[in-house]
Amino acid sequence: MESLTFRHTTQKALPGAKAQAITGVVASGNLEVLLERALPASECTVEIETPIRGYGEVWAAVVADFVARAQPGGLRITVNDGGARPDTVSLRLLQGARLMEV
Amino acid sequence: MGERIIDPATEGWAASWYEASARARLDGLLDAGSFREVIGPEQRRMSPHLPLFDLPRAFDDGMIVGSGRLDGKPVLVAAQEGRFMGGAFGEVHGAKLVGLLRAALALKPDAVLILFDTGGVRLQEANAGETAIAEVMRAITQVRAAGVPVIGLIGGRAGAYGGGGLIAGTCSRLVVSEGGRISVSGPEVIETNRGAEEFDSRDRALVWRTMGGKHRRLTGGADAYADDTVRAFRQAALDAIARAPAFDLATLEAEQKRLEERLARFGDCRDATEIWGRLGVNDPAAVPALTTAEFDALLAGLGETTHDAR
Repeated sequence: MESLTFRHTTQKALPGAKAQAITGVVASGNLEVLLERALPASECTVEIETPIRGYGEVWAAVVADFVARAQPGGLRITVNDGGARPDTVSLRLLQGARLMEV
Repeated sequence: MGERIIDPATEGWAASWYEASARARLDGLLDAGSFREVIGPEQRRMSPHLPLFDLPRAFDDGMIVGSGRLDGKPVLVAAQEGRFMGGAFGEVHGAKLVGLLRAALALKPDAVLILFDTGGVRLQEANAGETAIAEVMRAITQVRAAGVPVIGLIGGRAGAYGGGGLIAGTCSRLVVSEGGRISVSGPEVIETNRGAEEFDSRDRALVWRTMGGKHRRLTGGADAYADDTVRAFRQAALDAIARAPAFDLATLEAEQKRLEERLARFGDCRDATEIWGRLGVNDPAAVPALTTAEFDALLAGLGETTHDAR
């Protein structure tokens, strides 16, 4: 297993008051994303555990793109990966952020 | 974790039970917003064994447990996520179900609902998984003896196989859909051990007519046959709670007698369709294609498929 942690600063807090949400499932080509409102409004962390080693740069790019688009300030995001492709990861992260907003 | 994934005001309410995730099933089964999870994913109570095999873990270990309301009645619920490692029983997965059943002894809910979706024991933590199966079966008998019905709902892609099939056999009532299957040894296991001539696991029609919902319902192995919708499972669960049998010596003796008679009557059959013919079904070959309404009408005509035993 490979563990990756990314820390970002955001311009604003993610809207909504929901404390936590989960989406996805740990299955082949899929992943689960746990989101918790646990950080100061200008911070976001994404922690990943993946059985596929050596794709740290791809994860970094997908996470940076997600943070830029969603501005998920205040969220601690934890990912259990089942070998998902980058587009699936991107969709799941956005889906998770949306669940926290409603 | 109470997000409402299925909105009853939309078509989503009729969503497929088979296709839904374990969380979506719970969400649609219970009264809106009533589910309260115990040991939720935020507690990260994950498998201690899977990292040894370099395998990914799930936050809830594929088992979601908690309390909720079903048409106002307090119930305890457990749901297996069949897409995570085939819904298999590992140490944490099993311990969460055992804990829920033991809590039922103290809380005395109107029922415990188990949403099965499992291939059986998780091979990577087999000893702990096997122990969990035994502990769950023991706990279910204790809960039933205390007067709380335990209802199994089976309609997921993994079915209820292996130890999951054994646990299902200890429930007060079982609800099954077309897609749900109940058995101990799965099709591939039988084929591996006994050869394709004994059981061809690639013959999907054979698999479904031997282990599928209609066959189990016809032979009294399940007590209700439901459409593959969340709404149908909710209604069937309510009906099952109202009709749960007593759990006493008379019930067990009646069940033993029923099983002995079943073996004597059907023991020499080579195919499920032969059994259906002996049960009095006029056109056994047509059974797999029957709609739920047609199948229920057939059951009513046979009059022998509902037992208070089990």
